[in-house]
Amino acid sequence: MTISTGKRLIGQPLRRREDRKLLAGRGRYVDDIKLPGMLHMAILRSPHAHATISSIDLSHAKAAPGVRLVLSGEALGDRIGPIVPNWIIPGSKVPVRPVIAIGRVRFVGECVALVVAETLAQAYDAVGLIEVDYEVLPAVTDEAAAVQAGAPQLHENVPGNVTTLYKVKGGDYAKANDEADQVISLRVINNRLIPTCMETRAVIAAPEPDGTLTVYIGSQVPHMHRRWIAETVGIPEHQLRVVAPDIGGGFGAKMHLYPEDLLCPYLAREMNVPVKWWETRSESHQSTSHGRAHTEDIEVAFKNDGRILGLKVSTLGNVGAYLSNMATGGPTVNTVNFGTGTYKIDNYEAFSRVVVTNTVPVDAYRGYGRPEGAYIAERAIDAVARHLNLDQVDVRRKNLLHPSDFPYRPYGSTGVMYDSGDYQALLDKALAAFDYKGRREECERLRGSGVYRGIGVAAYTHMCGMAPSRRLAPGGFNRGGWESARVSIDSSGRATVYSGSMSQGQGHATSLSQIAADILQIPIEDIEIVQGDTRQVQAGHGTFNSRSMAVGGSSVHVSAHQVIAKAKKIAAGMLEVDENDVSYSAGAFTVPGTDIAPLTFAKVARMAYVGHKLPDGVAPGLDETVFYDPTGMGAPSGVHLAYVEVDPQIGTVDILDYVAVDDVGTLINPLLAAGQIHGGVVQGIAQALYEEVNYDPENGQLLTGSLLDYAVPRAEHVPNIRSLFQETPSPTNPIGVKGIGESGSIAAPPCMVHAVLDALSPFGIKHLDMPLTPPRIWAAVRNARAGAA
Amino acid sequence: MPVQAVPHEVTIEVNGSRRTVTVEARRLLVHLIREDLGLTGTHVGCDTSQCGACTVEIDGQAVKSCTVLAVMADGSSITTIEGVTAGGGDLDRVQAAFQDHHALQCGFCTPGMVMSVRNLLKENAHPSEREIRHGLAGNICRCTGYHNIVRAVESLASKGNVA
Repeated sequence: MTISTGKRLIGQPLRRREDRKLLAGRGRYVDDIKLPGMLHMAILRSPHAHATISSIDLSHAKAAPGVRLVLSGEALGDRIGPIVPNWIIPGSKVPVRPVIAIGRVRFVGECVALVVAETLAQAYDAVGLIEVDYEVLPAVTDEAAAVQAGAPQLHENVPGNVTTLYKVKGGDYAKANDEADQVISLRVINNRLIPTCMETRAVIAAPEPDGTLTVYIGSQVPHMHRRWIAETVGIPEHQLRVVAPDIGGGFGAKMHLYPEDLLCPYLAREMNVPVKWWETRSESHQSTSHGRAHTEDIEVAFKNDGRILGLKVSTLGNVGAYLSNMATGGPTVNTVNFGTGTYKIDNYEAFSRVVVTNTVPVDAYRGYGRPEGAYIAERAIDAVARHLNLDQVDVRRKNLLHPSDFPYRPYGSTGVMYDSGDYQALLDKALAAFDYKGRREECERLRGSGVYRGIGVAAYTHMCGMAPSRRLAPGGFNRGGWESARVSIDSSGRATVYSGSMSQGQGHATSLSQIAADILQIPIEDIEIVQGDTRQVQAGHGTFNSRSMAVGGSSVHVSAHQVIAKAKKIAAGMLEVDENDVSYSAGAFTVPGTDIAPLTFAKVARMAYVGHKLPDGVAPGLDETVFYDPTGMGAPSGVHLAYVEVDPQIGTVDILDYVAVDDVGTLINPLLAAGQIHGGVVQGIAQALYEEVNYDPENGQLLTGSLLDYAVPRAEHVPNIRSLFQETPSPTNPIGVKGIGESGSIAAPPCMVHAVLDALSPFGIKHLDMPLTPPRIWAAVRNARAGAA
Repeated sequence: MPVQAVPHEVTIEVNGSRRTVTVEARRLLVHLIREDLGLTGTHVGCDTSQCGACTVEIDGQAVKSCTVLAVMADGSSITTIEGVTAGGGDLDRVQAAFQDHHALQCGFCTPGMVMSVRNLLKENAHPSEREIRHGLAGNICRCTGYHNIVRAVESLASKGNVA
């Protein structure tokens, strides 16, 4: 029987359906796949940040044991490629990016040559035998240095190293500046990060007996990868099958097109054998896209009571040596459009420059641009509060939007609209949970005894699930904003849901089932979720931009409703009543007000497939596919508070408490939602306190080249996270849900920085750049003390 | 030119079965486990022994299997994550606690994390939160922020002795 209990599953903290296999070691990641006759590819990477290639000698590598092919960029030529970005802000200058470098290398880690061998060890051995002569050129790694006159130039068609100029303007900043009591400015660095999915990238391409090609890849965007690989390698898209099995984290890094994604398919077709590439962790640091890497100059005009009148921003976004997938959109639309944050700042002016440097390409990483945008708004308002010696909460409350302001277009923007929210209530809830007043007093009291505690506050909002599709064209996207779902009922009344979203750990097998089960009114055990196979899933965009519940979930919602609508027609025929008299509840079709016996969903499903008694005009089958294109975007929001203790003698930060109150609209699964907050907050804390990619500015060497040098936090480096929610349903989708995945990594960096600055306020320290490592804090305290002495 | 690799015979007991494998001297234990024995639940997450995704039990001790040459493991008894859930049976109490507390997301670090938690609880049946966080310092998780992993272990720490 498939009668449900009728209990609504949306909102329930269900345990995950996908956990069992993962816990038992039965997950299947790309590196776990072994195919008969499979060869292994290894890459020789550039050891120089900028150099011309004088000569390459492949002969020793070719003669090495087990080697089947050795290929340089010159030999590959333009048989595949170039790699083109998907999001190109209009007016951008796009440098040519070959799949393997030809004649010149532009970052440490760029592909120079490859080896295909029978074993991975043989491939690595042979890579070591390739001899390359380089002529080293001057390199530039810093975005501010790259735009200076006389800086090394990367690409002939990108004069001054700037690919893209972008401006946003609303109100009249000059007037606000005139009317302000005071104006302050600050320069903030948004430190370069490495996304660090625990599973590195891997690709296997396998020719099939029927002439098609299967590509196994840990992809957040299987259908987009199918299109990009097909176009760039020259394979008819319908003959290419992309399979994304279990994925060990993505965080944005696994939604781009990388050279290896193209080389394996090309080589597999050329050599007619499966070819595999697996990325080592140290390779990953120099070949998988980095995140952030901005410098922002901020000017804020305000009244002495703390009211902000205007904000002016100048952004330099470092995108590395070439334009990766979405590189031109990050420091522009995604950052400065959101520079006013949760505050009513009517006069706004922002100018953004996208800058190429001799570094690993920078692209989407959890939040992409929105963390940088929120950091602008939050650092500005915190600086104002600190400058005026006003309470940081009071100043925020004075400038926060009110519920009556929604829907709200900040600074009269045409591109940005916050659909819903209640920031004042978020703040109240966060302050109460945190005991702000009590802790404020505690901070003051302890300072007397030489204990330096501080409270950090940060508010954020952003927009998730870029849509509708027609809005993406003028922005420069070469893709749509819809998502696809197919709800297919079998002849026993059980469901298979094919979703274009792609879980990398978010738990879609559970959350999408909850959405479908409520509408189909069948037990969750009777629902299977299929993702990550372009042969099975009709179409899709995938999982990024916190879009999977708002767009992917809504597509499941709509197609499940279409299934019920059709089933209702069939039930009416079976019951010999008018369709409008039939209602569906608790998994059965009934005719209220009559004594007609209820008809189970399973019986209707069977009828749909035997087709013996279908109403006129109703085709057999119970199987609905939708392409759901949202009408607008939901804007999640939140207020986070942190309590820290800083030891000024040694510069360490102890996080005593962290409270996150987030409004992500309707909660589908509070257990999973809190998990997203925990993970995002810790990645944000990591940015604030620990992580930073370092390049040697002299020669462009990557100094944080492995997990020995790049400080991903361990369990003992981070606190418990108290995650609370507020539910203001989004009017932009039928579920009322908003994105959640990026919230934590947006809110936590400014929250942590403010907490540390608050603790250090007795020393007169007003600004520090992330990461707030002990040496940096210790030096700031020492300098402050020296200045005071 | 690389020297001709000399094969070595390694005999180990893995999850209760005796296995003999011929390997190159440079083969790491983790690669023997994954490639030669096909036990792919043990993962490789780094190349500097930082992440702990490859943690297995060697003679009852949790060890990062990327720090051990396969030839060094000759004669030892090894339990991998597949041996924890023998024959596709029930999850053990650590695994069950992980599921109940949503202590995993992508699942990649999870097998190594489970092996480390088993070891931690064996050495200290009632660890404090601080001891749990310190005890898991050898394993990196990028998804959960560790919060729910700590909750899962705490739930076991308060339940009395480990069997």
